[in-house]
Amino acid sequence: MLTCRELTELVTDYLEGRLSIWQRVQFQMHLGMCRHCRAYLHQMKTTLRLTGELPDEPMPDDVREELRSRFRALKKDAPD
Amino acid sequence: MARPNQPAGYVVDGELVEDAELIKRLRVGDEPSFLALVERLHAPLMRLARSLVPSDAVAEEVVQETWVAVIQGLDRFEGRSALKTWIFRILSNRAKTRGVRERRTIPESALGDDGDDFDAVDANRFDDKGMWGIAPRRWEDDTPERLSMNRQAIACLNEALATLPASQRAVVTLRDVEGLESEDVCNILEISETNQRVLLHRGRSKLRAALEEYFERE
Repeated sequence: MLTCRELTELVTDYLEGRLSIWQRVQFQMHLGMCRHCRAYLHQMKTTLRLTGELPDEPMPDDVREELRSRFRALKKDAPD
Repeated sequence: MARPNQPAGYVVDGELVEDAELIKRLRVGDEPSFLALVERLHAPLMRLARSLVPSDAVAEEVVQETWVAVIQGLDRFEGRSALKTWIFRILSNRAKTRGVRERRTIPESALGDDGDDFDAVDANRFDDKGMWGIAPRRWEDDTPERLSMNRQAIACLNEALATLPASQRAVVTLRDVEGLESEDVCNILEISETNQRVLLHRGRSKLRAALEEYFERE
């Protein structure tokens, strides 16, 4: 029988689809019986969703201009 | 896979352009296409660079070098991976060269920076049978109040990500912030699939713990 502690160490393999069939069955059986571990899995999924929403820093204008002129210069040096 | 809030291609003058077409345009020196590429990838490159080199200043330099290498290498790009993956790979190589000089690289050890002792959750939260003693609470879903709170949660997450050990930070950045597949991440960082999964597990577990602490404080 899988313990809660073991489940927290298997959660990434579970989400990555890397558990063996037997481990997966045990994992899901445990989840079915344990609302705390369901909460844990839900927290982990929420964490992943929020991580995917981390905002990009805006690019400074001078960096954009610098890269634009580099592109221009390098493309002029080596026309195709 | 693209980030959930971003399209799969590049937006050039309001038009969504995919890899193959974009490369064609870049090769003939089309500036709007280059700017679209830069606009889309500069911030992600900076984010990855910061996890691979010791300072913001060096990260900026490495990203600049990467862009130059991209422009110079466009004709050699064979399209065997996504353009984005190829560019991240160039960055990772540059950062590694730099890291050797600056004495900070992704550790070769399979377990990353935590050694063998790692607990996804503080061991004290379990009883002696390994069952929850101090159980996790279910976080509310996206009610409007929750969404407005998320801005702070996201700031907390950003901070937690920045304090992860370098190799975990790099893997989590590429997998969970940028939404790349594990195969691409292994390729970019030159690590094994198993190592990648261990680093991902440790990094993700710490981010969850940081968020849990944040939500408990609220």
